[in-house]
Amino acid sequence: MADLSVDHLLGIKNITLADIELIFSTADNFKEVINRPIRKVPSLRDITIANLFFENSTRTKLSFELAEKRLSADVINFSSSSSSVTKGETLIDTVNNILAMKVDMVVMRHPNPGAAAFLSQNVNSRIVNAGDGTHEHPTQALLDAYSIREKFGEVAGKKIVIVGDILHSRVALSNIFCLQKLGAEVMVCGPTTLLPKYVKSLGVKVETNLLKALEWCDIANMLRVQHERQKLKYFPSIREYAMQYGVTKEILESLDKEITIMHPGPINRGVEITSDVADSGQSIILNQVENGVAIRMAALYLLASKISR
Amino acid sequence: MGQKVLLDNNELRLTLHRLCCQLIENHDDFANTVLIGLQPRGKYLVKRLQELLEKDYNKTDLKVGFLDTTFFRDDFRRRDQPLLANQTEINFLVEGKNVVFVDDVLYTGRSVRAALDAVQSFGRPNEVELLVLIDRRFSRHLPIQPDYVGRTVDTIDSERVTVEWKEEGGSDKVCLLRTENK
Repeated sequence: MADLSVDHLLGIKNITLADIELIFSTADNFKEVINRPIRKVPSLRDITIANLFFENSTRTKLSFELAEKRLSADVINFSSSSSSVTKGETLIDTVNNILAMKVDMVVMRHPNPGAAAFLSQNVNSRIVNAGDGTHEHPTQALLDAYSIREKFGEVAGKKIVIVGDILHSRVALSNIFCLQKLGAEVMVCGPTTLLPKYVKSLGVKVETNLLKALEWCDIANMLRVQHERQKLKYFPSIREYAMQYGVTKEILESLDKEITIMHPGPINRGVEITSDVADSGQSIILNQVENGVAIRMAALYLLASKISR
Repeated sequence: MGQKVLLDNNELRLTLHRLCCQLIENHDDFANTVLIGLQPRGKYLVKRLQELLEKDYNKTDLKVGFLDTTFFRDDFRRRDQPLLANQTEINFLVEGKNVVFVDDVLYTGRSVRAALDAVQSFGRPNEVELLVLIDRRFSRHLPIQPDYVGRTVDTIDSERVTVEWKEEGGSDKVCLLRTENK
């Protein structure tokens, strides 16, 4: 029988292909569970999970919370805007105080890269990284790859382009690691100012012309421009960005094949993709959201099964 | 490791026919009855019963499903390895239905307990019965007894009962294995 090679889900970089496949096959079972008339199983009934969100989130937080509740875990929520963090408490103190209330697992989003790894070395709990700054967002990458596997049968051999703000995107980095481990070809596309210098060393193709990128790919994963992380002006205006890197119905129709459109959300309609693209049959954006719950259930279930009694 | 054949190919065939007849006696045309094989091993048995009921006893429109009980088991976090699930395939509601659970070997009764919980996710059954090919009596941990039994055997904990099907590449037979180092 298989088991995860890690005790914490901190990033895709440090997990194996076998781990990814185990999470996918477990997610298949959970996807069936969440489509039953009663969508709940009692597996984690004696586990308590704390969701610590030091940064804003809608989708990821709801998705994790729903996944935890579908597994019958007890859930406590925390967001930094309403907490003692604003009074000067350190991260380790905050988390240790929460763990003193007998919490078994921590799901954390934090603006600092490496925050989840730091926590895993300093506190006695299982950590799931729900996004650490511009570093990694492992469950998002897993659900993206899972959605590709669901639509195409397999990920290996597929050509995927990630378009947009690669420099500030944790989704891009986790996606690159995940898709490459599964045997897909990855390209990144965006304005030169938003492509990090080291990106070629990851073994991805780099393209600055959107049309060429779309002609090459089977799947385009469109990222949002992360204005909140940008301290400089990386491009002249949003309008100019939308004209150069926004996907419209006209562009999709000009291609000689039908490509699949993905987006991790939240969408800025009219910037990276137009509304008619987001709502078209080529988009699997809402499938990604549905699969997110199944993937998170699988990751939590597999990690929780390693907690000794 | 010693091995004793409990049911050979021919005995197994006769036993399956008898179980079919007993099901027909209680459920007649199966209009309000569903057969649910418990994953992973009950799947082979329920498929075989379905085949016999359809071909030899002319019972058409049988409702057959497979139920995985992994997420309802009571030994989560009590083993070294995670419990990995199998596919559940129940394309009907069990609300108001007479459900027959089908499994190959009944031992402690814990999987059946989990199945009783799991089936509630698909509605409230009118009644639930249990059909097993082999009943290892005197080894139950829970107050669960079968309604239809292929064969009852007396075993001790160090022994194992294995059911092999020709669908898996071998031949149809049921064996009792004795492990000597225990």
